[in-house]
This record gives sequence, C-alpha cells and structure tokens, in this order.
Amino acid sequence: MKKNRVVITGLGVITPIGNDVDTFWNHLIAGKSGIDYITQFDASEYAVRIAAEVKDFDPLQFIDKKDARKMDRFAQFAVSAAKMAVKHAGLDMSKEDPERVGVYIGSGIGGLSTLEEQHKVLLNRGPRRVSPFFIPMMISNMAAGQVSIHIGAKGPNSSSVTACATGTHSIGDAFRILQRGEADVMIAGGAEATILPLAFAGFASMGALSTRNEEPQKASRPFDRDRDGFVMGEGAGILVMETLEHALNRGANIIAEIAGYGMTADAYHLTSPDPTGDGPARSMIKAYQDAGLEPADIDYINAHGTSTPLNEKYETMAIKKAFGEHAYKLAISSNKSMIGHLLGAAGGVEAVATALTLKHQIIPPTINYENPDPDCDLDYVPNEARSAQVRVAISNSLGFGGHNASILLKVYEDV
Amino acid sequence: MAENTFERVKKIIVEHLDVDPAEVTLEASVKDDLGADSLDVVDLIMQFEDEFGLEISDEEAEKISTVGDIVSYIEQKQQ
Repeated sequence: MKKNRVVITGLGVITPIGNDVDTFWNHLIAGKSGIDYITQFDASEYAVRIAAEVKDFDPLQFIDKKDARKMDRFAQFAVSAAKMAVKHAGLDMSKEDPERVGVYIGSGIGGLSTLEEQHKVLLNRGPRRVSPFFIPMMISNMAAGQVSIHIGAKGPNSSSVTACATGTHSIGDAFRILQRGEADVMIAGGAEATILPLAFAGFASMGALSTRNEEPQKASRPFDRDRDGFVMGEGAGILVMETLEHALNRGANIIAEIAGYGMTADAYHLTSPDPTGDGPARSMIKAYQDAGLEPADIDYINAHGTSTPLNEKYETMAIKKAFGEHAYKLAISSNKSMIGHLLGAAGGVEAVATALTLKHQIIPPTINYENPDPDCDLDYVPNEARSAQVRVAISNSLGFGGHNASILLKVYEDV
Repeated sequence: MAENTFERVKKIIVEHLDVDPAEVTLEASVKDDLGADSLDVVDLIMQFEDEFGLEISDEEAEKISTVGDIVSYIEQKQQ
C-alpha cells in the first residue's frame, strides 16, 4: 500500500519559557531556564519547592470566558496551543472538509487540579455538591475533545495516555493516520498541568524530583554528573501535520517532514528504565528503519533527558546500542534542562523544538552541564546553542510503565 | 424583596453563563435565550442552592424554564 508522506506546517506552544513559538525558540537557543519557586500553591512544607511554571498565561486570549471556565488548565493549554498552531499553519477551516481534519492530543495525567478541588468538595460538603463539570474537566481525553470542538475538526479523534511518552505517541499515531490516508490534516501533541500538591507529594515520594531547592535554575541538569531528579514543568506543544499532497495543494509553508516512528516497551519495571537500554534503543532503530534510513543519517537526537540519575545513563546506553560508532558523532541535547519535564506535553513541545532545529539549523543546548559523568560520554551540546547541519533528527520520549516512543523528523526536500 | 432575589439570581447567571446582564430578564429562557446546556443548568441550580441556602429537588429543577420561574420558586421556598 502506498503511504502518504507527512509534513509539519504549523506549531503552537505554551511553555515555561514562552507562550508563543518565537519567544519559546529564542529562549531555548539562548539557554534560558524557566525554572523557579512554585507560586501556584504553598509548597513551603514540601520536599520540592521548585517547578517550571507557565507564566502570564491568559486563556481568554484564545478561549471565551464561558468555555474556559469549563476547562481544566491542561485543556486550556491544549486549546490555546492548537489554535496557535492552526493559525501558524494558515489552515482555514472554512476551506477544509472538516471530516478530513483530525485531532490526536494526549495528557499524561489529565485534570488533576479539578480532581483535587472536587474531591475536597466531596469530603467537605458531600456528593450533592460535586460539580457536573467535574468529570468532563478531569478526563485526560478532553484536550482532544475540546480542540475538536473549538477548531471544528470532525475527523479521527483520539488521545494517548502513556505518561511521559504521551506527546510523542500522539504525534506518532497521528503520523500513521495521515500515512494511511484516513485524514488530510492532524492536529497533534500533548498538554499537561500538574503543578499541584498531590502531584508534588506523589512524585517526591518516588524520589523522582530534584531537591536542589536553593538553585532552581541549576536544578535541571541532564547528563551532568550531579543531576538528582527532574523538575516538573507544564504546558502544551501542538503540531499541525498534513499529507504532503494536501500541504502542496493549499500552498502551505512546510516546516519539516515527519518520516519515521518507533514504539516499544521495556517490559521491565513500573518506573525504572531497563538497565540494558534495550527498549529505547529498539524504539530509535524502528524510527530510522521506518524512514528507510541508516544510523549514520541521523544528525541530532532531542533526548528524553529528564535529569534523573538513571534516565541519562540508560538513554546514553540506548543511543550507543541503536547507533554504534555513530553515537559519538551525532549531537544530543535535552530541552528539559530549560523547560523542565512537561510529562505528557514533553513530546509535543520537544517535537516543536526539533522541527525548529531543522528549520533554523541551530541545536538548542543542554544547559547546566558542568561536570562530566563517565556514564554519559557523548556530545550533549553543553551550555551553548550550536549552528550545525541538521538534516535528520529523532525526538525520544520514555514513560513510566516502560513506554518508549521515537519520532524522526527531517528537512523537507522535494524529491 | 422581589428585586433583591432577581438581582442575586441575575448575578449568578451572568457570571456562570458569561451573558450580557441586559439579556437576563424575567421572561428569558435559561436554555433557549441564555444558552445554558444541561450541565450548566445543574451547575446553576447548585449555585442557587448555595446562595439562598435551600435545596431544589431534581423534579423541581426540571420544571424551571425561565429566569422568572427561578425567582418565583426561590421566593416561594423562602416564605
């Protein structure tokens, strides 16, 4: 069966370092950290008091007040970033067949703030006072549902929930839908908003979060020897993807091509990565094989790079397994050094960053790289952005549960 | 008293449905004129219960159609 080629034509982001694509990218290549003390709740009694919060977000810029009230923050991020991406793509829905435009947007956790709030109502005031909007605000598929309503997209619609791999799975699955020709356009990515007491209590109990409370901007330090956990972020990253044919027919501006997707499972442990690196290695191999490419064709990896002691050790091992000697030649960096870990939105925002890397031929740095770790001996583009020829890039996302997802993006060429 | 109840009801409706205060008349239908859906109606009933310290049963809530229905129901309950 002939598969459609798929291209990216629009980008939208709400992130801790910028609520539009240009600000986000300029801060990303400037090495600016979006991490600071938590302001969204009183974290003074918590082991972790730092996060990468989205600043100055006004949902009313994108959503009517009446509708915004019925959305959890994660869904507000999704609808805002999706509208931004549709505008960026120059996609005019009045000229599209709405049944050929789909949405695939996930959230790792969903409406946790709504859940926390309504559970308090239940305990304090009883079941009759729980809001009728509790369930539709909380369920994690509602980002995709709300975006379809607000854009008028009646085509394929779904969402993945694979923890920190959610965004990449959503984009990969949307890519397959377009390859198969089940839609002309897919709006895809991830959204998350869990800077909340329950989330911080839970992730801190796992020992997953950095406790470098004294130096917030230094806390996320992927691949550095002294990394001690991830810093939680929030936001959304959304792509407008379409078949090449559809993009050319409407004269769209093509930002990059998406050409490969791989997904695997560790089948090893709830939260710890497989110490052989086998799962993510196979995911990356599948992504480049899917694109019909060889290891040596890959110039850059936008790493999962969470800043946890185990992730970078085993992700480095996985890259060596997947690329052999070429692992030492390709560039690797982690956006999470600046934006923190956006959980289910990470893959969405990092796909946006990877598309921009291909467009601008600039690799964003891994900031806070100060002390080499003998387990991490590859080129992590330390501290300074780098101008480089980047023709093909892979973006990785690895999630609790042992989910591994990799997408392959490349410079679009008319061949 | 009548005006007071109406004003309080109106304030809640304006806030929750994001409508122009001028549209909230005694004759206005909550669903047809003010754009409330079935979830909005449940939400509004809860707000009225809180505001006026009373309980509105599901059967009674179903009979409510206009803003005037709400105001007279609340006033009747309060007597």
